[in-house]
Amino acid sequence: MATLLPKWTDQYVEGLIGTLLQSGVIAASAVVVLGGGLYLFRHGLSEPQYHVFMGEPTDLRSVPGIIRDALAGRGRGIIQLGLLLLIATPVARVAFSIAAFAIQRDRLYVVVTVLVLAILLYSLASSQG
Amino acid sequence: MKIIEFTMLVGASSLLAGFVGSLTGLGGGIIITPMLTLALGVDIRYAIGASLVSVIATSSGAAAAYVREGFSNIRIGMFLEIATTLGAVAGALLAGRISTGAISLIFGVALLYSAYAASRARHEKFHDRAPDPLATRLRLNGSYPTPGGPSAYNVQRVPAGFSLMFGAGVLSGLLGIGSGAVKVIAMDQVMGIPFKVSTTTSNFMIGVTAAASAGVYLGRGYIDPGLAMPVMLGVVAGSLVGARVLTRAKTQWLRIIFGLVIGLMALEMIYHGLTGRL
Repeated sequence: MATLLPKWTDQYVEGLIGTLLQSGVIAASAVVVLGGGLYLFRHGLSEPQYHVFMGEPTDLRSVPGIIRDALAGRGRGIIQLGLLLLIATPVARVAFSIAAFAIQRDRLYVVVTVLVLAILLYSLASSQG
Repeated sequence: MKIIEFTMLVGASSLLAGFVGSLTGLGGGIIITPMLTLALGVDIRYAIGASLVSVIATSSGAAAAYVREGFSNIRIGMFLEIATTLGAVAGALLAGRISTGAISLIFGVALLYSAYAASRARHEKFHDRAPDPLATRLRLNGSYPTPGGPSAYNVQRVPAGFSLMFGAGVLSGLLGIGSGAVKVIAMDQVMGIPFKVSTTTSNFMIGVTAAASAGVYLGRGYIDPGLAMPVMLGVVAGSLVGARVLTRAKTQWLRIIFGLVIGLMALEMIYHGLTGRL
């Protein structure tokens, strides 16, 4: 194991986490820009209706519905897909930290991070149920 | 007003929200929510959805820089996230069962005091404090970059900080805002963590807390793509600028800005508590 390169120092892990967060934000922004462009091109000249709450159509509330809408080329669906990527970024960061602490053999923080991920997934799962 | 103009306006204000949010560790929600509801007449539920998106965007946008440069303390963040995520679940369960008006009012008054306490100058010498045994065992002590080179710090009063973090989580589940403020105040005032480490670690943590709530609000139909699009893009751009400024800014200035924003937020909460609006 000692020959395994690169060394997983705290600094190295911090660099990887930084890259992960940055990639997530860039990917999410790119998708949102694409969807936003389509949405503005098609609806930019109508009036916004945000003073009355109607709630989003069911398609835009669940992961399968959003993917369906995005694949159909709808601007709002593509934006929502980008937002899903954005929401997934911190979750991915926590999941990656588990692996990083495990490689560092920091058992205490593997347990801490698994706990955080479990609570997070519980909260996300109970909201979709 | 047409959608395209509305989008431009929201995007420009979100730029400011991302800048202030990443500089103070508070996320962009404090600016996004009143801007959308009071200035643009957006329904509060859409505004809450957009505000959550803005918090995640500020957090992830600025965190890349803060983590790489060694400001955010990942172990402090991960350890305290147990308390905030648990608190957020508890807050979501309590939501709808207790009156948020009274809570807003109490929280607002407490924040007014915190705004005063946090903006006062404090000595920034942290290495002269004896290490706390629990903090040492949890490997929370660290060092961060200063103009005079890396500066070490020892974390104090871990149990009290952990409890306050639980409270921060409950507030965010219950009221949708306010968790970043409690996080920074707990780390800075209670745990004796340097101010820049406190704000950037709070910034690192708020994305996770908000992601947990975002699932709930997406399911309820609060997250509107047309509204969230300019919010997210503006906030990301603003947070990148904020992250560049923070690394060079004098701590005393950051404290003053933080105090002003917290004071404003306190007034928002008191207003909300008294009128039930916002």
